[in-house]
Amino acid sequence: MNIWLVMLLGGLITFGLRFSLIYLLAEGRFHIPETLRRALHYVPPAVLSALIFPELFLKEGMLHLSLGNFRLLAGLVAIVVAGFSKNTLITIIAGMIALFLLELFL
Amino acid sequence: MSERSKHFWAGVRAEIPLLIGVFPFGMIYGALALNAGLSRTASQMMSSIVFAGSAQFITAQLVRDSAPGFVIVLSIAVLNLRHMLYSASLAPYLASLSTRWKVLLSYLLTDEAYAPTIIRYEKEGISPYAHWFLFGAGLSLWSVWQVSTALGILLGAAIPASWPLDFALPLTFIAMLVPVLKNHPAIAAALSAGLVALVAYSLPYKLGLILAALVGIAVGTLLEGTS
Repeated sequence: MNIWLVMLLGGLITFGLRFSLIYLLAEGRFHIPETLRRALHYVPPAVLSALIFPELFLKEGMLHLSLGNFRLLAGLVAIVVAGFSKNTLITIIAGMIALFLLELFL
Repeated sequence: MSERSKHFWAGVRAEIPLLIGVFPFGMIYGALALNAGLSRTASQMMSSIVFAGSAQFITAQLVRDSAPGFVIVLSIAVLNLRHMLYSASLAPYLASLSTRWKVLLSYLLTDEAYAPTIIRYEKEGISPYAHWFLFGAGLSLWSVWQVSTALGILLGAAIPASWPLDFALPLTFIAMLVPVLKNHPAIAAALSAGLVALVAYSLPYKLGLILAALVGIAVGTLLEGTS
């Protein structure tokens, strides 16, 4: 298959997935059941956490639980800072500085 | 400032920290795509035709491995299934918009545009110009993605792999996650999703992420029902 055709199909499918429920749910073609509505509140914590955990705990696909895992330590620093500051930029800066210092001194 | 531009710029501002993480990703994508044997034009155009980071990385890798076209298309589809969750999650907030707006905002609906938007909508509810927030977040991300792709293509493989700028991406997600952990079901949803993401990480096509998200959502919903 030609690479342009692959990209076009891939792009159409991606758009279709993004558009699907925004269109169908809003047009009233079906209604969101109460359980689903409640479930949607847990999409952010579940998805964010599923993106974060592998970044912190895995190294090349393997569990990396040690004091030598600087990304995990810097991530924990960021979690504490996020809890206190509730500020995205401060959290990122704290996490990056933590990672930088750990790599510099350890 | 009009209501419209107020929401638009709030979206852009909320997106800025994410852009810091996305920029090196875009550059790495550009460099990798070129390296995988895609032409400069195709590498650049994929960033606007597909416009989905992880799917573009997989596509570049599969092109390099000479995978058949249908495998690449299927991989993109599976990888982007999670966008249906975002679509469902935002649907109630975008219900009153014209189809034209829905098409535009759907095209711009990435992980990084969804995250700050849903946080904002859940906090502030619906207002007549709230969709401009998503437009601001999505458009700024789209622009940065195009520019960083172009720079990546230009610089090729010259970016030092030792730059840990990519770490800004999980840090941003942390900054968003911590404030939504307001009650036990939310914390349980996050922990269970995280653990499943680790256990299921080796599943192909990022299916582990989808599975983890679904488990986390189920755990949170069930716990809320019982408490």
